[in-house]
Amino acid sequence: MIVAERKPMEEILAMTADFQRILVLGCGGCTTVCFSGGAREVETLSTLIRMDRKQRGKPVGTVEALTELQCEPHSVTPVLEKLKGQYDVVLSMACGAGVQTVAKLFPDQRVFPALNTNFTGMAEEHGVWKELCLACGDCILDRTGGICPVTRCAKGLLNGACGGASEGKCEVSKDLPCAWQEIYHALKRLNLLSYLKERPKVKAWPIHPSRVVREDLRQVAATEVD
Amino acid sequence: MSLRQALESGKFVVTAEVAPGKGTDVEHILKDADIIKDRVDAINVTDLQSSVMRLGSMAFCHFLTEMDIDPVFQVTCRDRNRLALQSDLLSAWVLGIRNVLALTGDHPVLGDHPEAKPVFELDSVSLLDCIGKLNSGVDMAGNELKGSPDFLPGAVVNPGADNEAAMDLQIMKMEKKIEAGARFFQTQGVYDLDAFEKFMKRVEGLDTKVLGGIILLKSVGMARYMNKNVAGVFVPEPLIQELKASEDKAQASVNMAVRLVKGMKDLCDGVHIMALGWESKIPPILDEVGL
Repeated sequence: MIVAERKPMEEILAMTADFQRILVLGCGGCTTVCFSGGAREVETLSTLIRMDRKQRGKPVGTVEALTELQCEPHSVTPVLEKLKGQYDVVLSMACGAGVQTVAKLFPDQRVFPALNTNFTGMAEEHGVWKELCLACGDCILDRTGGICPVTRCAKGLLNGACGGASEGKCEVSKDLPCAWQEIYHALKRLNLLSYLKERPKVKAWPIHPSRVVREDLRQVAATEVD
Repeated sequence: MSLRQALESGKFVVTAEVAPGKGTDVEHILKDADIIKDRVDAINVTDLQSSVMRLGSMAFCHFLTEMDIDPVFQVTCRDRNRLALQSDLLSAWVLGIRNVLALTGDHPVLGDHPEAKPVFELDSVSLLDCIGKLNSGVDMAGNELKGSPDFLPGAVVNPGADNEAAMDLQIMKMEKKIEAGARFFQTQGVYDLDAFEKFMKRVEGLDTKVLGGIILLKSVGMARYMNKNVAGVFVPEPLIQELKASEDKAQASVNMAVRLVKGMKDLCDGVHIMALGWESKIPPILDEVGL
């Protein structure tokens, strides 16, 4: 999932300070799963904004809504159309992709991010998430025991450990395991240590912003329209 | 005699290392280099070591060539993508630099600009591959060069990795570095000759030259700091106690280095002495061991 955290309240309050009617728009996807932009968080944020504005003597009205997936146009449009005229600004509690989807669909509408999008990862334990995938576009997990060095090695090294690890921890933080030592253990368990002798090609970095085009799906869509 | 000739001659090679400072003042470091110039086969110049922003290695290497010192241009992958790395290597060659030490480099977060964007597009192995390509007359994209270098590529290895996984990874990477063209290795600082001997046994059959790293121990505090913070460096407690008990710390440090050089003479192909500003101590150490 995409992991995101709510921005500091002061920042959210400052960006919405000039608006009287705020649509706080949660997302039923990743940010619900990582407890940063689901129905409960929408409710909490709306309450906090209203309380603050009331205290400042500048009361504000909030509307709360949830899109199924804010990065999917078909799940955004009906929700916003239905609430049309009830808000001056959208405060999105989706990831950056969700915020931009709303902005693209409603170009005359101000859309603000309530979250900072951190990474693609998983929950390690309740309340702790870790980054797992940099979406580099050229997956090598079959050769690295299911552990991504591009993401989990702080230097993204492809040819093995740098030598900076101490007691199995990365030189950048004592809380971070050395990804290459993890890969070593994983490959050893699988009896595949010989993979470490390979010299992978230097990575071809994708051009950002990147695009994926699936001609098979495009053709199907075109046929349906016909 | 150049470093290449020294390594090929089979003699016990001695290299040292200087670090450019922060700013444009080069005088005192050039003086440090001058003190040891006739006693060593080459002098490494570090590349923003510990990720601290400083004067660059290439300019300083060039100064050394003007003093008839054979420099080892340390190049890390931390700050440059493949365009900049290749261009800097070509620039270094035309400035008279003949030896390159390929390193991955420390992460920027360890240095004085911790928010800098880390590059690491290449790593030490792919950088060695890249040097080999340039030496063969083409760049990484396969384009032909008009005039090409003939660098002597070297690399580093950490013989003091602190667990089995880290050690195996070091050796595997060392093998890959040799495949990628590394002709010599300079090791991380060694204090424990028994552990170093075990390491040398493991790499016995490899077709390369190994120069054992020696970091002059300047104080008890430095020893404790390295044990805590520098990966792969371990100063055994008896050495720390020896330094603590000594009245003349500098002499005690020289004595330790002498023992290490003597021990390494039977184990590897040379030594790489990192004096950290104590360059004046290198000649007495070498006098004592007859080098």
